Amino acid sequence: MPRRLLRDGETVVDEWRTPAEGPVADDTALMLPLAEWRADRGRWLARSGPLGVILAPADDEQELVPDLARLALVAAEFPTLSEGRGYTQGRLLRERWGFARELRARGAIRRDQVFLLARCGFNSFELPEAEFEGAVAALHTFSAAYQPANDLGLRTALRHR
Amino acid sequence: MSSCLAVMTRAGGEGLHYSSVMYRYDVIDKTLVEERVAQFRDQTRRFLAGELSDDEFRHLRLRNGLYIQRHAPMLRVAIPYGLLSSTQLRTLGSIARRYDRGYGHFTTRQNIQYNWPRIEDVPDILADLAAVEMHAIQTSGNCIRNVTSDPLAGVVPDELEDPRPWCEIIRQWSTFHPEFTYLPRKFKIAVTGAPRDRAASQLHDIGVHIARGPQGEPGFEILVGGGLGRTPIIGQVIRSFLPREHLLSYLEAILRIYNREGRRDNIHKARIKILVKSLGIEEFRRRVEAEWESFKDHGPRTPVEEIERIRAFFTPPSYRALADTDPAAGQEAAFRAWYRYNTHEHKIPGYRIVFVSLKKPDVAPGDATDAQMDLIADLADRYSFGEVRVTYAQNLVLGDVEQGKTLELWRALEQAGLATPNIGTLTDMICCPGLDFCSLANAGSIEVAKLINERFDDYDYLYDLGEIDLKMSGCMNACGHHHVGAIGILGVDKGGEEWYQITIGGAAGTDASLGSVIGPSVAKRDVPETLARLLEVYVRQRHPDERFIDTVRRLGIKPFKERVYAAPAAA
Repeated sequence: MPRRLLRDGETVVDEWRTPAEGPVADDTALMLPLAEWRADRGRWLARSGPLGVILAPADDEQELVPDLARLALVAAEFPTLSEGRGYTQGRLLRERWGFARELRARGAIRRDQVFLLARCGFNSFELPEAEFEGAVAALHTFSAAYQPANDLGLRTALRHR
Repeated sequence: MSSCLAVMTRAGGEGLHYSSVMYRYDVIDKTLVEERVAQFRDQTRRFLAGELSDDEFRHLRLRNGLYIQRHAPMLRVAIPYGLLSSTQLRTLGSIARRYDRGYGHFTTRQNIQYNWPRIEDVPDILADLAAVEMHAIQTSGNCIRNVTSDPLAGVVPDELEDPRPWCEIIRQWSTFHPEFTYLPRKFKIAVTGAPRDRAASQLHDIGVHIARGPQGEPGFEILVGGGLGRTPIIGQVIRSFLPREHLLSYLEAILRIYNREGRRDNIHKARIKILVKSLGIEEFRRRVEAEWESFKDHGPRTPVEEIERIRAFFTPPSYRALADTDPAAGQEAAFRAWYRYNTHEHKIPGYRIVFVSLKKPDVAPGDATDAQMDLIADLADRYSFGEVRVTYAQNLVLGDVEQGKTLELWRALEQAGLATPNIGTLTDMICCPGLDFCSLANAGSIEVAKLINERFDDYDYLYDLGEIDLKMSGCMNACGHHHVGAIGILGVDKGGEEWYQITIGGAAGTDASLGSVIGPSVAKRDVPETLARLLEVYVRQRHPDERFIDTVRRLGIKPFKERVYAAPAAA
């Protein structure tokens, strides 16, 4: 069954594959763990299909900066519910390195995390099936925010007082 | 639209109107807190319906102050920087009455804990709190906790600047911070503005001290890496002067380095103090400064207009023009003792800061009943501009009492068991809830507190001993701050029995220091005798006017240790 995904507020079928999911055609969208990307960067860059990199929590997103123009996706991995480093990776990719394509959260993600993740710049979420409906609503958990972050249309206290 | 707290009428209908000196929610604050109640109500519903596992719900409830404890859930409610209006205190009393067993426990971090709520009632409790501009947001969990401060902020004579506006700015910045809600471990910030540190700021993950720059410009000294628990460490200066508009970006830089590099593999090594210790303060500073430099010009700034907007909420109340008097002169001894120990100099002539002691000998330290909370709220309206503060030492404060009204205030407090004249003395002890409530504790700290109170019930002796901070924790998580007690008592488990390890020489204030263990732990029944022997050495060896802590610092622990272990403690 194709994997579903919450992207830009809508449930869509995920067109991305990982190497672990088996061989893919050259033009298929492929996302790779950073270690695999690093090990064979030239080969991946020669592909015709869209490329993405998956960051583990301890990875430094700055390593991707020279290649960001070529990447259509960066994903942050959240192995557990308590993992928090991906929030920083997301913010810096968006705010410091200007990455504007798909920023994805994978792993132990539930509806309860999507609001904060979205404020850190994530626009796509791999979720368990039971979470999709709740997660769409959860993107609007709060209608305002105190601190500036990645705020697409959200009222931020400092600007609205 | 004015909020329910905007204008308050003096209790008793005497028609005196005033605005409490505190931050007031606007539509943004109100919206956020109400949306949080709705979010938590839905999370609780999903848990009770079996849609969330225990572990999944644990991560969510902890970020809203809800623990599952020994007997029942425990809900910790935030009292931002320890400041309460009388209306809010009445609501805390009403929650104790409606949803708990008629009391609440005030903590060292200026919060209140309820020990007996039902999980299914918690969303309704939060809704009651939201109605008076309160919440339980980030009172637990691995996130930025409720910011704490000097309980005497704004009323002490020697303050450089009132820290409360900065506390409020930090409160807002840290609330639902998207990047720092899943930190390696909890994160505590304290802010002070006076030379005397009454907020234990050096024992916080970050201590913010209001300071002045070389040309007198306003800003802060920033400390980092303090903390208690299993590995007590005193915070170190990371920046001796930070201009005020950069406070939030600098905090953000520290938090970011910590979020990325703090250990997540071992809960006991996950606090920022361990990261600072392992890197060394120089290297930690270098990383923070490099991070800060890279974004400070487009990171969060606090413009002067915003500082002034927040500061306006803390404009001093309309004090009357009065002269200083000595209300204790010629009065009965009990009032004189109370006035001496339970009141403090105020910056305005004719006024006095009054401590409401929550250290009655037969009551768990820091506990107040619903009726007491109601009464204190009424007294705050009558005598102190409707405002109450919570202290680090787990007492309450009425900050602005006319000296001429202290006698009638004392009578009212005395009748309610709230005038125990022991502030700053041995029996004004800090104590965690211990084995009676907490699932982590090894020891019934509340019961030991009772034994100590029974032994040291002679006020002449207590007054002769002078200022002594006694701090007691039921386990090594150190919620009772035993490491920084002039005398510290730590409950330890020895083969299923409660034993107590004694330290001396700790301090939490400006001269912060960690206590030294005097020797093997003692049995529960021997704790009072052990204290008596420590105090005996002090009384014998002290110089005139020398405090216990200073005698310990001068002599070291040797003479104390020798006396305690000289012969078996009396059974």
